Amino acid sequence: MAGAWVPLALTLKVAGWATLLNLVLGVGAGFLLARRRFPGRDVLDALLTLPMVMPPTVLGYYLLVLMGRRGPLGGWLESTFGIHLIFTWQGAVIAAAVVSFPLVFKSARAAFEAVDPQLEQAARVLGMREWPVFLRVTLPLAWRGVMAGLLLAFARAMGEFGATLMVAGSIPGRTQTLSVAVYEAVQAGQDGLANFLVLVTSATCMAVLLIAGRLAPGRVAGQL
Amino acid sequence: MANLPLTWDVDVRRLFEHAGRRFDLQVRFASHARRLILFGPSGAGKTQTLKAIAGLTTPDAGHVRLAGRTLWDRNARIDLPARERRLGYVFQDYALFPHLTVAQNVGFGLAQGPRNPGRLATPPQVLRWLSAFDLAPLAHHYPEQLSGGQRQRTALARALVTEPGALLLDEPFAALDTVLRTRLRQELAGWLDRLCIPMILITHDPADVDSLGDEVLTLREGRVSPEDATAVAARV
Repeated sequence: MAGAWVPLALTLKVAGWATLLNLVLGVGAGFLLARRRFPGRDVLDALLTLPMVMPPTVLGYYLLVLMGRRGPLGGWLESTFGIHLIFTWQGAVIAAAVVSFPLVFKSARAAFEAVDPQLEQAARVLGMREWPVFLRVTLPLAWRGVMAGLLLAFARAMGEFGATLMVAGSIPGRTQTLSVAVYEAVQAGQDGLANFLVLVTSATCMAVLLIAGRLAPGRVAGQL
Repeated sequence: MANLPLTWDVDVRRLFEHAGRRFDLQVRFASHARRLILFGPSGAGKTQTLKAIAGLTTPDAGHVRLAGRTLWDRNARIDLPARERRLGYVFQDYALFPHLTVAQNVGFGLAQGPRNPGRLATPPQVLRWLSAFDLAPLAHHYPEQLSGGQRQRTALARALVTEPGALLLDEPFAALDTVLRTRLRQELAGWLDRLCIPMILITHDPADVDSLGDEVLTLREGRVSPEDATAVAARV
């Protein structure tokens, strides 16, 4: 069973980095769409939610085209920095981040919309610049919703299979995450290993969901 | 009087169009009064006027000058952001920060950095205002634990701690029930008497007019009623 800990560690690393990426991008996008009005806002919202409803294999294909050697992003990264994303754990991070992005984005947007804009105005009148207004009023009041979204996204990133397999492949010890390892174990007839991996995955996801449930809906922190 | 700059020199014009309805705000007044009441029914444009003075909305045309200091002038392209206007604003439902204690709320405007004031250390100016408004025993309470009157005083202390050049009060009693309103009106009148800064209070309640204002402007459908405008102009 020792073989199970390597994919678990890798899965946690990939899901952790993907969640960190989404903390910045998802929260930023959620705030932007909750507070700013601009043409094309609805289209952008739909576009950012798309990864939630599209098959992961389709997303994986898009990412391959984009990040592959001949893709616009992949080609540029290789010629400028010498970075390859395909078949690396960093590639798996990007796949997991894209797939779980809408969960952070949607929760963050809803949480920011629930914050009374008058509180932000009160902070401005008291002399605050926009960045302190966000850090001292908006974010603390939206924090529970944002946190719940991040945990859901973490759980989703842990279970990511389709896009990850297409972008990062299944290299044991390097890109083979838990969900991919389960698939490989079943294919190879290693039932004992498969059982163990499945139990580890279930327990971890259950724990994350329980924490998310305690943070999630109902009361937004301190809101009257 | 004529040589002193006007305490209030306000001219805000804005056309609102929403869902087929038009509202034409054209509020103009100039006054030396230290305490001014904008009186009128809801929907007369009182809050919009106050928000324009505070820089929370931008009108289409006009200017806002307080005691000779131009805060906004459409033609001169002057537009100080709300944070630089140095005004105290008491919102209708007080807009206290629900995640901060009374002391943190009051101290909010003193620290401009990215972090809220600490829960434990309370700066001396905050302590002074807390005791001035009988809030010291409630310093570590949260807004949801306060009564209406305590919330109002917290909002007032929070606005005053930054030493604003003027105070704007939006329907300070609307969030309270009738019995409480009568008592707090006298209380507030007492507090306001002790403050030397100019203030505008807006209300739809005639009872507020009698007990709180030096000078009254009646607003109707986005305009200052002609009688009041003339009376004020005569004194200027």
